[in-house]
Amino acid sequence: MSWLASLVDLFFWLFHDGAFWIFAITTVAAAVAVVVSQNVVRMAFWLILSLGATAGLFFSLNADFVGSAQLLVYVGGTLVLLIFGVMLTASGPFVGIKTKPGELVMAGGVGALLLSLILYSACAVDWRNAGQFDSKGVVAAGYNSPTEGNTTRTLGLSLMGARPDKDLGSTRQLLTSGYLLPFEIVSVHLLVVLVGAAYLARAKRRKSPSAPSSPA
Amino acid sequence: MNWGGAWAGISGQVFEMGFVAPQVFDAGLTERFPGKSEVMPAIDLNLYLFIAAVLFVCGVVCMATKRNAIGVLMGVELVLNGANLNFVAFARYTTLGIDGQVMSLFVIVLAAAEAAIALAIALNFYNNHLTIDVDRGDELQG
Repeated sequence: MSWLASLVDLFFWLFHDGAFWIFAITTVAAAVAVVVSQNVVRMAFWLILSLGATAGLFFSLNADFVGSAQLLVYVGGTLVLLIFGVMLTASGPFVGIKTKPGELVMAGGVGALLLSLILYSACAVDWRNAGQFDSKGVVAAGYNSPTEGNTTRTLGLSLMGARPDKDLGSTRQLLTSGYLLPFEIVSVHLLVVLVGAAYLARAKRRKSPSAPSSPA
Repeated sequence: MNWGGAWAGISGQVFEMGFVAPQVFDAGLTERFPGKSEVMPAIDLNLYLFIAAVLFVCGVVCMATKRNAIGVLMGVELVLNGANLNFVAFARYTTLGIDGQVMSLFVIVLAAAEAAIALAIALNFYNNHLTIDVDRGDELQG
């Protein structure tokens, strides 16, 4: 794992700016292609490209663990689930259900308005002078050893409820709160969701009286 | 943008010319790869916000226009991904720190759970209606 992290770091060190632009353009273009394409299977492919390139953007933001989780959970898990859904439901005429052209034009207009609104409001804020800007980023704490990534230990400790990134060397009397309770809630939530999904998606028992107790 | 930053950093020419770049992308890399100068052009926070905005709008348009239920799900994934990118970008560039990354991890987990449940619902819908077109699911309208 450490050699992988240093390989990613070396890649970004060599191609920092070019890699950012490659990942940025891939993310945006694949997201637009998801909207434009009418075939569900092609939409799934473009979504894979977009999510994977977003993982590259996470790596370029020094968030190595979040980028790995994005690759594992989204690209490896959610998209396999989506593609199974496509395969189970895409029979003949349902692969490409066309949207009406008028609806497409209207949605494009509304989307362009929404995009211009968001871009205008993002540009209207001077982030560098907003008081919270910190160009050093989250890697300033010195307890991450260089071979195990920048954020893994910090993330794990904050999920366990300890915040050495805020509390080490701090003069405050109170400790910073961590994320132990949300972590437990999310764990139980995931378990319940998986049980519920298995319950919802199971094959239905036939109601015909001829075979009353045969599980389908 | 300094496209030639990589080879210029290796040859060290730009560094000798006294070009000092802001230290935006140094994750301890200069200690890890010594001997290489750091000539790092600043990639601003606004660029990440723009990408996240495009992802968000693409997801919203996808949710609004697709008639395939799984296409609607993909739109939801795009929206959540844009929000994630905003969280991680603010975690990198502001004093939000590691909290933003924790939030994005929670978002990833919740998105996975939502995809599992929504796919189960879509499969049930397909089993009952023999179609995946969301325009056909209008039995509950008043």
